[in-house]
Parts: sequence; structure tokens; C-alpha cells
Amino acid sequence: MVMFWVALLAISILIYLLLDGFDLGVGMLFGLAGGETRREEMLRTIAPVWDGNETWLVVTGVIMWGAFPLVYSMLMPALYIPVVVMLLGLILRGVAFEFRGKALRSRRVWDVSFTMGSLAASFMQGAMVGALVEGLQFSNGEYTGGTFGWLTGFSVLCGIGLCFGYALLGACWLVRKCEGPVREATRRQIPLLAVAVLAFLVVVFAHALVEHLPILRRWTERPYLFAFPLIGAGAAAMLATSILRGDDYWPFHMVALIFASAFGTLALSFWPYMIPFVVTIDEAAAPRASLAFMFWGAGLFVFPLMLLYVAVGYRVFRGKTDMAADYD
Amino acid sequence: MDPTALLLSRLQFAFTISFHIIFPAFTIGLAAWLTVLEAMHQHTGKPVYRILFEFWLKIFGVAFGMGVVSGVVMAFQFGTNWSVLSRMSGPIQGPLLSYETFTAFMLEAGFFGILIFGRPRVPPWFYLFSTAMVALGTTLSAFWIMVNNSWMQVPTGYVLQNGQFVPNDWVQIIFNRVVWVRFPHMLLASYLTGAFCVAATGAWYLLRRTYRAEAHVMLRMGLALAAVLLPVQLLIGHLVGDYVHDYQPAKFAAIEARWHDEQPASEVLIAIPDPSTESNRYALSIPVLGSVIGSMSLTSKEVGLTSFAPQDRPPVVIPFFAFRIMVGCGLVMLGLAWLGTWLGLKHRLDRNRLLLWGIFLSFPLPWIAILTGWYTAEVGRQPWTIYGVLRTADAVTPSLTAAAATVSLILFVAVYAFIFSFGTYYIYRLLRAGPAGLGGKPLHVPVPNRPMSLADGGPALHGSLEAGE
Repeated sequence: MVMFWVALLAISILIYLLLDGFDLGVGMLFGLAGGETRREEMLRTIAPVWDGNETWLVVTGVIMWGAFPLVYSMLMPALYIPVVVMLLGLILRGVAFEFRGKALRSRRVWDVSFTMGSLAASFMQGAMVGALVEGLQFSNGEYTGGTFGWLTGFSVLCGIGLCFGYALLGACWLVRKCEGPVREATRRQIPLLAVAVLAFLVVVFAHALVEHLPILRRWTERPYLFAFPLIGAGAAAMLATSILRGDDYWPFHMVALIFASAFGTLALSFWPYMIPFVVTIDEAAAPRASLAFMFWGAGLFVFPLMLLYVAVGYRVFRGKTDMAADYD
Repeated sequence: MDPTALLLSRLQFAFTISFHIIFPAFTIGLAAWLTVLEAMHQHTGKPVYRILFEFWLKIFGVAFGMGVVSGVVMAFQFGTNWSVLSRMSGPIQGPLLSYETFTAFMLEAGFFGILIFGRPRVPPWFYLFSTAMVALGTTLSAFWIMVNNSWMQVPTGYVLQNGQFVPNDWVQIIFNRVVWVRFPHMLLASYLTGAFCVAATGAWYLLRRTYRAEAHVMLRMGLALAAVLLPVQLLIGHLVGDYVHDYQPAKFAAIEARWHDEQPASEVLIAIPDPSTESNRYALSIPVLGSVIGSMSLTSKEVGLTSFAPQDRPPVVIPFFAFRIMVGCGLVMLGLAWLGTWLGLKHRLDRNRLLLWGIFLSFPLPWIAILTGWYTAEVGRQPWTIYGVLRTADAVTPSLTAAAATVSLILFVAVYAFIFSFGTYYIYRLLRAGPAGLGGKPLHVPVPNRPMSLADGGPALHGSLEAGE
């Protein structure tokens, strides 16, 4: 039962990273794009799906609360400022989808709110992961690290790194969905973003080595972890060749694979901890009566339905976004 | 624990949840109304129902979006500001909110897409089915939230183990009598919100002498629904009062501003409760009625606030006045709905501009009633977060500083005020423009790639929007 909910939590986080990752990425690239036509086209590739994508964040939150209340009650206070800023960013970018089209004179306001909201949410998510990896200070199940305990050089690095990562994912999404100037402009951005992501991975890794982060011991204890960077390196190579031969379909999937392998690396280095070296999965788990109640309804029956819905939704919108459709 | 951080966290929760409830309260009723309109259109084939459907769908889209983004905050705020609560009650509240997310959000998100852009792609019966599924999703969401809150009001079906509330009877947690009066109370409140907004819009158009056909349908359906639901709502409201009387006597005494035990008890209609002297000033009360309302008896003894230790008493002023405002709004709505329906049946409503003004201006009443009803329930529950077992002061995040709480509260207020003013302005513009697209013009078909494009208004709408700028 505990393993089931760990697996579901991990799957939900990964789905969130990939799905909201690309639309947050598009949100950041949106700020760089000039011209109303291009911005409109970028927005249209994500407008039908962003709402469902963001729901996976709520799914992650409630699974954590219901199945691992101890972790939820320790991490949320520790990450108070980044969580609040992330939520406000998500609100500002979420309403921009609706408001921008109706604003006659204030469209700029919603453009800025869309870009900055996406940027703030992405940065804070990266910073939170960074803070978790580096280690937050707890004693007796309470956070004791102070309001800005999460804010370190390392977490800032991770925040910037995730912004580049999401932007790369978003760029690959745009190449996949768009034609014409948006596709051309984005194709030129991908190599830069890919190099930036790679550079950050190297810097983050070097930083972890220099700081002797305890999580690094995992790599010597568990040599099989090296499989993930190898998968990631393979995906990066595939990404490079697919970009070079002008393919629109594969770059997105290769970046998604890089994300998945990075997430897998992290998740397995944490194992069996949920908060590294502080709380294990078993310590965090809710009582069996709670896990079983969630399992026999939400987990076993409704979760597959949710996956089915995502599949159907993306199938309806498959292929290039049609800019010729009647729209005003 | 920092007392300032506690106060700020309470303010922040009250502010964000008050803001949030405005939108679901509206969209639950509106989703049901859209389902009825679509069914009527398919059954009768009359275009007026289709025109009204497309019109209200645009408004539904904007309100739904605002509800979604403000709702995400709630899932995280329990953890950030109320970590002791979330650790202790996580085994019960976490699974309940998981069910809400899994069952309700999934349905809403899935079928909302089809509702907005799917009409050309699916057969009519499936479109109607999708509309009904969105309505079901919003209703399920309300259901799980009411189960969750009712458990905080009257905790049941659990044992306390290792500092956690461990569930031992889910049937009792979900199917107890408190849930089954409070959930209908909230659901009817949402339907009434929808009904009054629709009727008020109809009255507005009649006053402006535009969209007469649509206005008549809106007025007739809105008022008739309200006329039927309001007496039911008052009865269920009384049953909600019964659970408070039985399970939360201190809250009941606060609502009644009853300071001392009385036998038989009088009913304070209006007064200014004075906590410092533990008495009421300028009280207008009716003897014996308090016992009748509390226990359906002429002789029963009713408990007063001074029977509870001072640290166990809720504040009096807010529940006392909030409750009376709620009931007052309900009675005014009842009068408007009955009078309006009666005059409508006699075809005299059109000429009664005074009543039309009254109906038009009544649109905030259901929201005021919902907010004050929740203030009665939540403030009256104090000093407890989980009634009788966990105090609010003990539930707050111990590590939270006043500075962090101040910053987050200011940010929430600023951002919400910003988006609320724009959101309501856009809804107002849509309402003022009215259900254009009438009279042989093709109905605006939204682009599938842009669900929110609905609210942009169709080509027919643009002229009037810009003219109105």
C-alpha cells in the first residue's frame, strides 16, 4: 500500500514536470517573442491543455497530504516563501490566458503577468528541489531553518537551471506544434537552451562535489544510478541529431526523456528517504486505514481514468496547431 | 508559536477562502443551469435556449477560471500555515481532498474542454452529457469540501493515535447526518446564487428594454427556481441549526447572543452583544421563542455562553450579526422570488419597474448570504480548528514568523484585488453586451485550440463591446 502511493506520487510529479514544464517554458519564451501574431500562436499551442496540466500539481499536493502527511506538514512550512510565490505566479499566468484576449488597452499587463508568472513559478520549483537536495534543517519534525533557509547559492542555481530546462521543453513543444516564423525562431533557441541546461547540470554537479553534499554518497553506494545519466546522455545525443536533421517530432520526446532520467536519478538517490536523511517513506506514510481508503477508490479506479483523460485530450489536439481556423 | 503569525494566518485563510468561494458558489449553480438550458434546447428546439446557453457559457468560462486558480492555493495553504493541523488530520482530510481532486477536478477538466470547444466535434447527446458531467464535477467538489469541513465541525469516526487522527470508520466520516444537512445547504445556496444572477440579468435587460425574449426566459426561470428552492433552503437551514444546537452548543449560544442559561429561553432578534459585560444592549427579544427554535419545546432550558469556560467560548459579535445578515438576505430573496413569480404569472412583472429594480439590485444577496453563513460557521467554531479536539492556536505552523506571514498576506491581497477587479470588469462587460448573435447571425463557434477564446466574444459581440468602451 505504501509502495503503491510512493509510485503514484512519483508518477504524478513526473507528469506534472513534463506537462506543466512545457507550458511554463512556453510562458517564459513568450516574453522573448516579438509581435502579436507570434505570441498569439505560442499561446494557442498550450491554451487547451494548461489547465489540466496544472491540475497535476494539485494531485501531487493532495497525494502528499493524504498519503504522507508528515512530509507535507514539514516541507510546506520550510518552503513557505517559495510555495507562496509559486502559487501567485501560477495565478497571474493562469488568469492571463483568459484576460489577455479580452483586454483592449491593457494587453501588455497580461503579457507581463503571463511571462513573469511563468518565470516565478518555474524558478521557485527549481529552488525548492535544490533546497531539498541540499538539506533543510529540521528538529523533532519541525522546520527550524528560518524563513530563508531554503535560499542558498545551490538552490538559486537549481532554480535558474529548471527555468532553462522548462524553456527547453517549451521550445521543443513549440517546434512540434508550430509552423512558420515561430518554429524557425524557436529552432534557433533550442541549441542555446540545450547548452545552457548542460552547463547548469555540470555546475550543479560540481557544486555538489565541492560542498560534499551527503546525497552524493548514494552514487558510490549505488552504482546502478549511473544508468540514468547514461540514458540522459543518450537522449541528449538523439536531441542533437534530431535538431540537426530538422525533425520536429523527436526533440520534445528526447528532452522529456532527459527530464525523466534526471527525476529518476533524484528519486532513487533519495530512496528510502522522502526528505533526505530526515524522514523515510515508511515514517512519513499515513495510517493504513487512510492509504487503503484512498487505494480502493481514487487510486485503483479514478487515477487510470485521469490518465485516460490526459491521453484523450492530447490526442484531440495532436499535430500542428491550426492557425487558419476562424478566430478573433 | 508567534501570536502575530497566528492572527495573520487566520486573516490570510479567511481572505483567500472568501475570495475563492465567490466563484464556485456561482459556477456550481451556473453549470446546472447550463445543463437545463441545453436539455431544453434539445427537447424543444427553441433557439432562445441555445442563445442563452452560449451567452452564459462565456460568463461561466471566466468565473470557472478564477475559481480554478484561486482553488489551487487552498490545497497548499493547509500545509504552509497550518502544519500542525495538516500533520494531525492529514490521515483524514488528505484522503478526502484527494477524492475531491481525483473525482471532481478530473470530471471538470475533462468535460469543460468539450463544453467550451467540443460542440462541433461531438453528437448532441454527448454534448449534453458533457454539460451534465461538468455540473456533476462541480457538485462532487462541493460534496467533498463539505465532508471535509463537516469533519472539522463535528469530528467523528477516528481515534487519536501518536498525535494523529487515525480514521477507523469512513462510513461515519462521510455519511453522518451533519454532512447530509450541510451539503444540501451549500448546494442550494449555489443554485440560488445562479438563479438570482440569471434573474437579475433578465431584470436588467427589461429595465434597459433590450433582449426582451431572453430576459423573459431568464427572469421566469430564475425566479421560479428561487421561489421553489428558498423555502426548502430555509427548512434545511433550520436543520443545520439543529446540528449546531446538538453538537456545538457554544456556537449556538453565540449565534443567539445568549449569555446565560435560560428556561424557557427567549430569542434575541436584534441587539448589540457586549462581551465585556456579558450582556446585550438594546436587545429586542421574544420570550419562549428561543426554546422553540432550539429544542421545539415551550419549556426547555437553553445553554448560555457563561456556562463555558472563557477560553472555550467563540467570539459573539461576528457569528451573531453574520447569522442575522444571512437570514435577512434569505428572507429578502424569498419576498422578491415569490412576488416576482406571482406578478410574472399575471403578466404584470414587465410594468413593475420598482420590482425589476429590486430584482436587478438583489444579485449580491446570495453571495452575501453564503459569505456570512460561512463566517457564522467558521468563526463560531473558534477557538477550535477541529471542534473540541484541536485549538486554532495549536494548529498553526510553529516555525512561521510574523514577517513571513505579513509578506504573504500582503501579496495575496494585492494579487487577488488586481485579478478580481479585472475579472469582474470583464464579466460585467460580457453581461452588458448581452446575448448578441441573435437574429439569424451564426452563433460564434469557438476555436478548439483556445478554450478561453469563448469569452473573447464572437464577431457579433465585438461591435457592442467596443461601442461600450
